Amino acid sequence: MQVSIRSLLTACFVSFALLGAGADASAAANPASKTAEANPRGQILSLSCASCHGTDGKSVGVIPSFYGKTPEYLETALKDFKSGKRYSTVMGRHAKGYSDEEITLIAQYFGTVWQNNK
Amino acid sequence: MSHRISRRDFNKLLVSGVAGSALGLFGTIKPAFAAQNRVVIIGGGFGGAAAAKYLKKLDPSIAVTLVEPKATFYTCPFSNWVLGGLRTMQDIGQTYTVLRNRHGVNVIADKATGIDAVKRTVTLKTGRVLNYGRLIVSPGIDFKWSAIEGYSEALSNTKMPHAYQAGSQTILLHKQLMAMKNGGRVLICPPGNPFRCPPGPYERASLIAHYLKAKKPKSKIIILDAKEKFSKQGLFKKGWDTLYPGMIEWRSGPTGGKISKVDGRAMSVTTDFGVEKGDVINIIPPQQAGKIAFDAGLTDASGWCPINPNTFESTLHPGVHVIGDACIAGAMPKSGFAASSQGKVAAASIIRLFQGKEPAPPSLVNTCYSLIGTDYGISVAGVYSLSPTGIIEVPGSGGLTPMDADADHLREEAMFADGWYKNISQDIWG
Ligand SMILES: Cc1cc2nc3c(=O)[nH]c(=O)nc-3n(C[C@H](O)[C@H](O)[C@H](O)COP(=O)(O)OP(=O)(O)OC[C@H]3O[C@@H](n4cnc5c(N)ncnc54)[C@H](O)[C@@H]3O)c2cc1C
Repeated sequence: MQVSIRSLLTACFVSFALLGAGADASAAANPASKTAEANPRGQILSLSCASCHGTDGKSVGVIPSFYGKTPEYLETALKDFKSGKRYSTVMGRHAKGYSDEEITLIAQYFGTVWQNNK
Repeated sequence: MSHRISRRDFNKLLVSGVAGSALGLFGTIKPAFAAQNRVVIIGGGFGGAAAAKYLKKLDPSIAVTLVEPKATFYTCPFSNWVLGGLRTMQDIGQTYTVLRNRHGVNVIADKATGIDAVKRTVTLKTGRVLNYGRLIVSPGIDFKWSAIEGYSEALSNTKMPHAYQAGSQTILLHKQLMAMKNGGRVLICPPGNPFRCPPGPYERASLIAHYLKAKKPKSKIIILDAKEKFSKQGLFKKGWDTLYPGMIEWRSGPTGGKISKVDGRAMSVTTDFGVEKGDVINIIPPQQAGKIAFDAGLTDASGWCPINPNTFESTLHPGVHVIGDACIAGAMPKSGFAASSQGKVAAASIIRLFQGKEPAPPSLVNTCYSLIGTDYGISVAGVYSLSPTGIIEVPGSGGLTPMDADADHLREEAMFADGWYKNISQDIWG
């Protein structure tokens, strides 16, 4: 996992000077990671998906991964599962649980969360 | 220039001289730590460990302490697969090494013995006292030992295992099945609702049948059920007829399924219709919230913990959030998936509360896969949201594997069950 230097050290009041020029003061103004700044509703709608699809959508098993996909791709996929246009054994049953607006929020969350890990 | 360093790089930095001087400062800046937001979590199972991981993931500045006595947590999910010979105990053992070393969770191998919700402290068995800003309690279940005459914790550990908390009793039940003669009789006795993992006893019957069909085909499994119907009943019965015809018999409560008494010496149980003998007897007793929830006054008359479904904060003790099997979560079943989903909602809510902001309305999910045979998987899924009456299943969402699902569908669900286990365990403990 990647952690910003500041998030580890801010709480300790250790000045950046101790670490030399390695850290940029603009790195993370907030000790919370970027995902915590995500739309809170989008975040709470999205977190449960990881139980089947892996943390941030990075699957380690046979269930498809969607890590690294764009918001547009995810939104289309979820809407197609919801309508039944795209065949599924299980996913359609989940997609039907969300309004189109909620699907957009989920797509936005997973479509951007991986960019913070780069 | 990269703005981020990995934890491993940071640790390397710590042992270098530069960070050594930084470490020297740590002793003098105690007040800064005291002001830090602090969450203590009791229980490192599906709910508690998920909450710990996601608190750190979403806000690394929070100090997270996880109290769990077990060094290895054996998951109930897939413990039925162990009974069927499809997995080993090692496959279902999870540890806290990654949570501790990679995610910065302070894992304490101890047991919580008391909670003071006014002083906001948790007392541990060793006498240690922990302060918290917010507390998460996810202790799982306890058994109502006196509900069945003759049954006791001692009997469960020696002759009639419940195997409903995975570990030594899973091993005991597995050994009993392996030692049983061909033509033996297995009794499985599930409780009334509510209880942990509603499809659990029936998946268990299926996978024991999988083993018996191959090794001891003259044997029988009789399910003596306190209930009149059970989870995914139609799908299970169809699967049993297809894969194990004549091997599994299910008796409902009113037709002689409800047991009132057991006899460990005679290896028998008593129902309204008479006495049933078994070579292997699996008693799954009625349940209630884990003991610490009772000791801390977090339970109501039902034996479970009432919560505010927005944040899973106890309605009885402010500052204490109860998640997982122990809490009353409306339409959600008591499952590992549900517990971890609740752990994430509690984590995200607590972060917002620390920031002085309103938590987002919750959204929760559950999927329970059950394996009937190696290529035969079924599931029940649900998406849950908040309504004025509490947590409800979103109308039109979720539901069961279709009754007419073909072989390809069932095979894919069996594969997904395995994929689910890999991802949820990685998502929580990895
Ligand atoms: C046979 C079987 C099969 C199952 N299959 C599935 C499945 O396929 N999918 C699914 O989603 N669910 C399944 N479940 C259900 C799942 O196991 C539970 O719902 C889940 O474990 C609940 O999580 P929890 O955090 O509430 O409790 P647990 O996971 O039981 O964790 C509780 C933890 O708290 C600790 N603890 C208790 N008291 C204290 C204390 N005082 N101090 C410190 N620590 C304490 C315990 O040691 C334990 O580790 C199954 C259950 C069974 C029995």
